[in-house]
Amino acid sequence: MILTKAQYDEIAQCLVSVPPTRQSLRKLKQRFPSQSQATLLSIFSQEYQKHIKRTHAKHHTSEAIESYYQRYLNGVGENGAAPVLLELANEVDYAPSLMARIILERFLQEHEEAPPSKSVINSMLRDPSQIPDGVLANQVYQCIVNDCCYGPLVDCIKHAIGHEHEVLLRDLLLEKNLSFLDEDQLRARGYDKTPDFILQVPVVMLCSLAVEGHIIHWIESKASFGDECSHHAYLHDQFWSYWNRFGPGLVIYWYGFIQELDCNRERGILLHACFPTDIVTLCHSVA
Amino acid sequence: MAAVLESLLREELSVAVAVRWIARSAQSSEDDPREAAALSSLRPLRKEFVPFLLNFLREQSSRVLPQGPPTPAKAPGSSTGLPGRSGGPPRGGRGARNQLFPPIEASSATAADAPSARRGGRRRGPGPARERGRGPGGLEEGVSGECLPWAGGRRPRSSGSPSSPSLARSDPPNLSNLEEFPPVGSVPPGSAGTKPSRRINPTPVSEERSLSKPKTCFTSPPISCVPSSQPSVLDTSPWGHGIPSGCRSLQEEREMLRKERSKQLQQSPTPACPTLEPGSPHPSRTGHLTAEPADPTRVSSRHRLELVALVYSSCIADSLESPLFQSVHDCVFFAVQVLEHQFHVLSHLDKGTLKLLAENERLLCFSPALQGRLRAAYEGSVAKVSLAMPPSAQAVSFQPETDNRANFSSDRAFHTFKKQRDVFYEVLREWEDRHEEPGWDFEKGLGSRIRAMMGQLSAACSHSHFVRLFQKQLLQMCQSPGGAGGTVLGEAPDVLNMLGADKLGRLRRLQERLVAPQSSGGPCPPPTFPGCQGFFRDFILSASSFQFNQHLMDSLSLKIRELNSLALPQPEPSDEDGESDVDWQGERRQFAVVLLSLRLLAKFLGFVAFLPYRGPEPPPTRELQDSILSLRSQVPPVLDVRALLQQGLRARRAVLTVPWLVEFLSLADHIVPMLDYYRSIFTLLLHLHRSLVLSKESEGEMCFLNKLLLLAVLGWLFQIPTVPEDLFFLEEGQLDVFEVDTVASEHGLDSMPVVDQQLLYTCCPYIGELRKLLASWVSGSSGRSGGLVRKITPTTTTGLGAQPPQTTQGLQAQLAQAFFHNQPPSLRRTVEFVAERIGSNCVKHIKATLVAELVRQAESLLQEQLVTQGQEGGDPAQLLEILCSQLCPHGAQALTQGREFCQKKSPGAVRALLPEETPAAVLSSAENIAVSLATEKACAWLSANITALIRREVKAAVSRTLRAQGPEPAARGERRGCSRACEHHAPLPSHLISEIKDVLSLAVGPRDPEEGVAPEYLEQLLGQLGQMLRCRQFLCPPAEQHLAKCSVELASLLVADQIPILGPPAQHQLERGQARRLLLMLLSLWKDDFQVPVPLQLLLRPRNVALLADTRPREWDLLLFLLRELVEKGLMRRMEIEACLGSLHETQWPGDFSEELATLFNLFLAEPHVPEHQLRACELVQPNRGTVLAQS
Repeated sequence: MILTKAQYDEIAQCLVSVPPTRQSLRKLKQRFPSQSQATLLSIFSQEYQKHIKRTHAKHHTSEAIESYYQRYLNGVGENGAAPVLLELANEVDYAPSLMARIILERFLQEHEEAPPSKSVINSMLRDPSQIPDGVLANQVYQCIVNDCCYGPLVDCIKHAIGHEHEVLLRDLLLEKNLSFLDEDQLRARGYDKTPDFILQVPVVMLCSLAVEGHIIHWIESKASFGDECSHHAYLHDQFWSYWNRFGPGLVIYWYGFIQELDCNRERGILLHACFPTDIVTLCHSVA
Repeated sequence: MAAVLESLLREELSVAVAVRWIARSAQSSEDDPREAAALSSLRPLRKEFVPFLLNFLREQSSRVLPQGPPTPAKAPGSSTGLPGRSGGPPRGGRGARNQLFPPIEASSATAADAPSARRGGRRRGPGPARERGRGPGGLEEGVSGECLPWAGGRRPRSSGSPSSPSLARSDPPNLSNLEEFPPVGSVPPGSAGTKPSRRINPTPVSEERSLSKPKTCFTSPPISCVPSSQPSVLDTSPWGHGIPSGCRSLQEEREMLRKERSKQLQQSPTPACPTLEPGSPHPSRTGHLTAEPADPTRVSSRHRLELVALVYSSCIADSLESPLFQSVHDCVFFAVQVLEHQFHVLSHLDKGTLKLLAENERLLCFSPALQGRLRAAYEGSVAKVSLAMPPSAQAVSFQPETDNRANFSSDRAFHTFKKQRDVFYEVLREWEDRHEEPGWDFEKGLGSRIRAMMGQLSAACSHSHFVRLFQKQLLQMCQSPGGAGGTVLGEAPDVLNMLGADKLGRLRRLQERLVAPQSSGGPCPPPTFPGCQGFFRDFILSASSFQFNQHLMDSLSLKIRELNSLALPQPEPSDEDGESDVDWQGERRQFAVVLLSLRLLAKFLGFVAFLPYRGPEPPPTRELQDSILSLRSQVPPVLDVRALLQQGLRARRAVLTVPWLVEFLSLADHIVPMLDYYRSIFTLLLHLHRSLVLSKESEGEMCFLNKLLLLAVLGWLFQIPTVPEDLFFLEEGQLDVFEVDTVASEHGLDSMPVVDQQLLYTCCPYIGELRKLLASWVSGSSGRSGGLVRKITPTTTTGLGAQPPQTTQGLQAQLAQAFFHNQPPSLRRTVEFVAERIGSNCVKHIKATLVAELVRQAESLLQEQLVTQGQEGGDPAQLLEILCSQLCPHGAQALTQGREFCQKKSPGAVRALLPEETPAAVLSSAENIAVSLATEKACAWLSANITALIRREVKAAVSRTLRAQGPEPAARGERRGCSRACEHHAPLPSHLISEIKDVLSLAVGPRDPEEGVAPEYLEQLLGQLGQMLRCRQFLCPPAEQHLAKCSVELASLLVADQIPILGPPAQHQLERGQARRLLLMLLSLWKDDFQVPVPLQLLLRPRNVALLADTRPREWDLLLFLLRELVEKGLMRRMEIEACLGSLHETQWPGDFSEELATLFNLFLAEPHVPEHQLRACELVQPNRGTVLAQS
């Protein structure tokens, strides 16, 4: 699932202004049958997030909020059972979960004395039955279960996916008899930056076309597609920090990555889409 | 002068006599009286002869040899990058090394001032009367006297005299360039006080001396011919009579030489080049090195050239120089002659250079014999030298022992440092990528980021952390060009090296060929910060942080002391095959690593220490200088280098100490050499330099390459512009400082072959210029490589060294020392290593056992405390005190346990590391020493730190426990519950959440008309959920919590019959039986499989109950069924449900719904004991559920 930049761009092109619903996903899968669903979903999600980041501000002006809230009130006033909030979000091209948050915040401002704290809002979004207004609770819930890019459920799915791949990687390391320290152990020892795994004895990963192998001291598992935006953020926040402390290492983007991003091999950051097969370990045995 | 040469050429004088004449004034009894008579009249000119000769040779050859390429790196501003040097004009008086045409015009005041200042100590030695007669201001003064060899080549003028400038231009065009081959001695035009005609070559040139007492060699005359205020007295020289300045004598001589030469030329049948008057413009001399093939048959004055070559060679003892006369043939002939005489030195060059020399066709043509010897030397040589560049950066690894939170004063400091580390490397990487881009500027590109980062280092402790990182990174990146020096001490060796693939070696050689630098800045480069060093220098400059610099100096000084005193290989008297021994490779490598590290650290220490004082020029006036001197002499040196040098010389470790000291001093500012403290260091170094003679090799002497290294680095140091030449005119008395000790033959590092060619070339890259020159000759490109051969100054010697200071540390220590003395050095290293490691392991072991046990006790004590005192447990600080007072006394056990540990572990380790054949007594002594050393180390640490350690650990445990008292204590626990046989084939949690989410979204809508769920699919989904919950391999708590919540939502939807079912449009609802089956599945999952609390109360939240309100007709039976099952299975208590139902009344409902709800409530309350029956009843009334509910 390593895509060239051109292949990736082709997919990304199809995702412009597509709402994050299950219907959209279905269509996307039909459009690119040869790509894995997980990769497509990951790309979709990342593209959508980029889109939201770009447009986030315009939905948060007080005028916008006021107008959304009025439309919501009018909508539910007409028919509380209609998907007012969801349709509003789709119409203004914003994530339903985030729209739900805007309206909820606005609603609470109106009905409570003090402005609502973030944790209260988060808690209500996680469990809409805590929302004092039954209609709004249903509207919010509807937004959350229909949003496939944002919201507590999606966050949980992403977290679970990440965790599952770490477990998978751990099992592979155990299977290969490579001893390692995991994130929790590293944290317990006071490391300030913690990759998923640090190999206690480094290995060399051979690459098909190169004469030299690449030393690997640490492995980071990323259960997402490595696009430019996320990769650069990871480089800055994580990979280079690992390199700064532990030397060269390996990043596994389980859902693939843009081929052109794998350009720091010589420097010591290697990208792969699966667990490497050609690994050379240090031999302890005397010949 | 010319007369001497003429006598030589006419063979009225033998070379031996001439050389003796130069070397000393007294006549030898061996000398032919006739010859002696011929020379005696020339005696006062003795000191001028060598400079004269050199200039003569250069001038001669300059007419014939093509011009060498300029070496741009020699312009100090461009290459040193020192702030003080880059912009402003270099010091005027420093001629050769500094700048070709210094911009400052002559000032008679300074010109007159400085020479006298440095002339003080020069008048000595035999023939004082005559020498004094030359007058203090005269040119002769510079040439005569007991001046030092290096001074000869390098300084045309007095230090303070910026007088020379543009006259150099009026010179006849010179060989190659004036910077590299400036003339020796100057020939000022007749008028006194004007500029000298030439620059002087800074190359140190010396002579061999046969007497033990160092004597004269030659020197440069002071350039500016300052008119002497004193009339010359007793001047008997034929050319110098009564002339106040010595300028004229040279001038006249030159004139005579010209005549002589033209005479010769007229006789010569085939002059390759027409004779030119010195001042006349020279025809094109663009660098075609290969333009004219040299031909030995066309040499014009073979015999005379031979003579001159011999004189030249003898004079410079072991120097490397090449010049000459009328034609390229003559030049080559002369050069080859000199090379022949210098074969001894040549034979110690690296294999590559020897090959190039041996394959040089001119050499073959002119001296097949020399070529043969070179070839033999090449074939026998194993001295491969790599000129490759260092590999790209590797980061300093994170070490929890020094880098984790416990090493920082606060969380903030810890996290700040975390960020700083990343910024540091980000900056480093950016520098790596961009510093070679044209137009990229360090300060502009990175300066503000660096300062912002440094600005965050508030606490002193953070500074020391950062400095440690900085220093380690410096060593890691810069210490070994080409990786030749091995790895930094204490760092793990490069894994690739360990894997040792052949392919890699080949690749590296290829890489070296491609990327090795073309030139290192000519034969006499100024101090520079090549490669990565530039980064660190610029970093220091851009950071411009006082605190950082101070911490850096502290840290560098400490590390230098540590490395300088490191026990390095001691000789193994018993081992005859020392060289070939495997150990020796290791010893040498270790030495190289230590030496290179020291040089690097010292260079940076010098850079930072002298940074505040560095300026482009020395102080302009004497008064100013004096006041600066008195001020600076108050300041203690940043590191007591003098003591270290003295120790080094005494312990015969000059070969380790001097090279780094040279690096340190090379970055000194102009004032430093005038300070008494540093002046004495220079004096010591001068004596050392003199005492080293390459041609002498005897038992107990310093090894040849060691000597060569020292001569090369010292020669280089003495040419650095900031080192004023007056330093070299020493007071007589100081000379004896070391001669006293020279008899001591105690073996030290100096007499061990620790230096190899690789190290020599690494420390003195300018030596490699020869190879580059030869290589560029071979490749036919005469252009780029520039640079000619570096000349190395040898002088006479007496051995160095003294008895190592006796230390008295107690009988045992002495015995241990004595024990090691006669054992191979590897034994000592092994024992020290084992002791060091076992001691350290012992501490770790105590931490992991005793301290951990105490922490466990602390935790249980704390638990008790919390139980008795209630959840809050009281003030944490107070709790900690109580615990510590109970537990710390147990720390005393640490010493006992530590002793036991060392006793148990050390002997085995020593045994495993020493050779099998080690005699039993030696072995057991070694074991015992290792045990006691390890114990000493461990116990010293433990007794000092155990209490603090226990305190720290207990404190961490207390805060951990108190935190755990807070929310979510159940976060940990047995989670991964699947059996060993499980193959983890269950669907992934993320997949299930995603699927259930889809069902929920379908149910909640909006949905397309054709969308729906097959009932079987729902059953399958719940089945998979069960599998997954039982496997748990991939499950994490948040996922499980969400699944639990989703399953409850699903149940609500089932109860309200809200799930759209696939099938014929009429039948979009789930059958009762199917719904019930699904609910039972859910109930079973909740009861048996979920390990997190399931939020069942959600079922009775208004929002979920309201789902029922939307359905027509309303169906309550499933809810009732579910509630009863929940009670039945013990998932919820009746009371809980009743409470939930009760609170439902608070919500506003449609009237009819409220009624039905109340009925349900009553129903639930009515028949708690027979749920089965009630269920059936519900089923029975299914067709009209609403009424049933209403009726019951």
